[in-house]
Amino acid sequence: MTATATAAVIAPAAEAAPALRDTRPLRLITCGSVDDGKSTLIGRLLWDTKAVKEDQAAALNRDSGKQNDLGLPDFALLLDGLQAEREQGITIDVAYRYFATDKRSFIVADTPGHEQYTRNMATGASTADLAVLLVDARAGILEQTRRHATIATLMGIKQFVLAINKIDLINYDKARFDELALEFKEIALSLGVKQVTAIPVSALKGENVVYDGKASMPWYEGPTLVEVLELATVRSAQTVGFRLPVQRVSRPGESFRGYQGTVAGGAVKPGDSVVILPSGMVANVKQIVTFDLVRNAAVAGDAITLVLDRQVDVARGDMIATIDAQPQVGLAFDAQLVALQPGGIEPGKRYWLKSGSRRQRVTVQPSSLLDLKSGKWNRHDGALPMNAIGKVHLSFDEAAIFDAYELNRTTGAFILIDPDTNNTVAGGMIAGKRGDVGGLNNEAERVILSLPADLADKILASGILSERRDEVDIRRTNPGRAAELLGELDS
Amino acid sequence: MHISEFDAHTQDKQAKPPLDPHLKALENEAIHIFREVAAEFERPVMLYSIGKDSSVLLHLARKAFYPGRIPFPLLHVDTGWKFPEMIAFRDEMAKRFDLDLVVHTNPRGAKENISPFTHGSALHTDIMKTEALRQALDAGQYDAAFGGARRDEEASRAKERIYSFRTPDHKWDPRNQRPELWNVYNGMIRRGESVRAFPLSNWTEVDIWRYIQAENIPLPPLYYAAKRKFVERDGMLMWAEDKRFEALPGEQVQEDYIRFRTLGCWPLTGAIRSHATTLDDVIAELEIATVSERQGRAIDRDQAGSMEKKKREGYF
Ligand SMILES: Nc1nc2c(ncn2[C@@H]2O[C@H](COP(=O)(O)OP(=O)(O)OP(=O)(O)O)[C@@H](O)[C@H]2O)c(=O)[nH]1
Ligand SMILES: [Mg+2]
Repeated sequence: MTATATAAVIAPAAEAAPALRDTRPLRLITCGSVDDGKSTLIGRLLWDTKAVKEDQAAALNRDSGKQNDLGLPDFALLLDGLQAEREQGITIDVAYRYFATDKRSFIVADTPGHEQYTRNMATGASTADLAVLLVDARAGILEQTRRHATIATLMGIKQFVLAINKIDLINYDKARFDELALEFKEIALSLGVKQVTAIPVSALKGENVVYDGKASMPWYEGPTLVEVLELATVRSAQTVGFRLPVQRVSRPGESFRGYQGTVAGGAVKPGDSVVILPSGMVANVKQIVTFDLVRNAAVAGDAITLVLDRQVDVARGDMIATIDAQPQVGLAFDAQLVALQPGGIEPGKRYWLKSGSRRQRVTVQPSSLLDLKSGKWNRHDGALPMNAIGKVHLSFDEAAIFDAYELNRTTGAFILIDPDTNNTVAGGMIAGKRGDVGGLNNEAERVILSLPADLADKILASGILSERRDEVDIRRTNPGRAAELLGELDS
Repeated sequence: MHISEFDAHTQDKQAKPPLDPHLKALENEAIHIFREVAAEFERPVMLYSIGKDSSVLLHLARKAFYPGRIPFPLLHVDTGWKFPEMIAFRDEMAKRFDLDLVVHTNPRGAKENISPFTHGSALHTDIMKTEALRQALDAGQYDAAFGGARRDEEASRAKERIYSFRTPDHKWDPRNQRPELWNVYNGMIRRGESVRAFPLSNWTEVDIWRYIQAENIPLPPLYYAAKRKFVERDGMLMWAEDKRFEALPGEQVQEDYIRFRTLGCWPLTGAIRSHATTLDDVIAELEIATVSERQGRAIDRDQAGSMEKKKREGYF
């Protein structure tokens, strides 16, 4: 190949037209009940977008044997890569695959339908922008379909494709398609999902996946699956202010002290005032250091090293945040969670909670449990069994720092780790700080004090205050701003 | 220093436009993983296998800890059958970037003269790679090991977590992996247990090459086409310039332009015929390639599931 010929084939970064399209890949999952055809669908998608190379295709044909009468390979084998999966013909763990069309690139997580492996579905859902929910047209919408739709919604997925699959096995029956699409619309509505596209699909034959199915379904005029995926949106930047969960402190020499982490929201530039949480100390940003150059700004997603203008005490697990829109700091929060392991979640047991780079002790008290059939939350203060979706109260020994998951998918997310097994036993989403969401003493009169920091610290250390710490809001600021705020109350 | 030799293929050192958002996102994710592991574990180590993925991994590690040094050693498991150009490149990088390099060869295998020719590729890999790796990890008491594996390489890798838990005897249980939600990684282990961490999990082969190009990352020259001696054996182009190479009866040693898509032990790594002498050429060739990169690797071809089996036993 000559140098001139290559120039036509690849577009070097400088020549591409990044303004025209978002080159970030769309992250999606397939979900739904066992055997609905999730792996087959993704296998077909990879096949029809030419993501399967010749040697892989040869291996697929060799491994497929005779699995259907259509003479087609078993596309699910492109995804079900574990021996146990191939032996049992089911998906056990999530597989990540990468493919692209002319218009955009995709990261797809193919998740298992089997209830026993719901934890692996949750793993895939936590980072997805869109869910392709499959339904076997013959079996219809099952409890597991609802479970997956609910978990996907809780985890912040707002765009759904309802793929009504195996349409070839019901003679491409339009009436059945309409019936299932309508049934799901009501479920979606109750979950608060507005964006659903229903598509009649044969994953096996590749109808309405990449190529249209007009020949067998002249009645369907909507988009193919790939057309919907190409138009879907990638999660937009988080709306709350600047957040930097500190991963590590970099001290290569006496003269340098930088705080390393990935920006979890908002933006930052030199000169910005920031607060260090939970201590409440304030400082200004002096520099944003990266390997390439000293930068004049960083935005959500950037892995950076931040240098502050003064000596402050900052450690791993702390959060550096904008002063104007701070995350919530407290000892009690409300959350929703999905129990992921056979032992469930036990009330009153002490777990480790990890969020961002912060790990701390927590006790969990369930308050309600979701009934998947009715979609209703029922009062429940016992243990949460595996795969249950519950609302819980979290109580901490030391201050915790969160945003509501709705506002920030990074600073509002957490996992629970069982100290006995070290396994991850739940994935959780913060609703809000306890006092703020209908907690104690909501009606009572409040007093705002403005005092010197050293005196505040002494009071904070006292027993009387620490007993009711979660009812107290504390913000640190400078004398001028404090006077201003009190002035506002007076007027 | 042979800087010119290893950097000759990357062009345009001055002009470095900002990374496109896709590569930037992958870079950010990898740096995040590096920092998280370095902060959570007591004795991390980075597996350094000298190939393109390791080269990207090394570059990302330098970025992650800048302006500091990389706060852990690099481990190279040397089977004794690597291309000499790989070893020269490794030593050059260690010097250039002031790396803490640990090289380990299985003493038992070296004493018994284990060779992929006389003992077969499976036994050679078991002893000189998998067993050697376990020895080195035990000796260093490492509780976390970074690897450059990518999920797009192979079907069982596509299933692997970013933090992949290992028992005290380095076993992987693919049926019981810990859930891994968002980018919150669970690094809690007991003494003796360990985690393999994969910062490049979500990168594809094309991403790797485009990143190498965007960042001017030096590579062993074997990735670029040159006139080299080789034979065709079992449908594979085998490099024939080592003094331990012996032509089989009827085999013709040829000389032509070839290069490698992956690097490993030379008797197990097939070359491709190519005239791609620059990065642009390599990327262009890749974008129209009809076979996957692992096709040149003898280790994957034994049977379906052979990679999973090796991984369960502790292979990377
Ligand atoms: N006729 C027909 N069969 C299909 C279609 N899609 C999938 N199948 C078959 O349905 C069976 C199950 O398919 P899979 O893709 O393994 O199902 P899955 O949803 O991934 O299953 P789990 O991951 O175990 O939950 C296989 O035998 C497929 O060949 C379809 O559109 N038409
Ligand atoms: Mg499946």
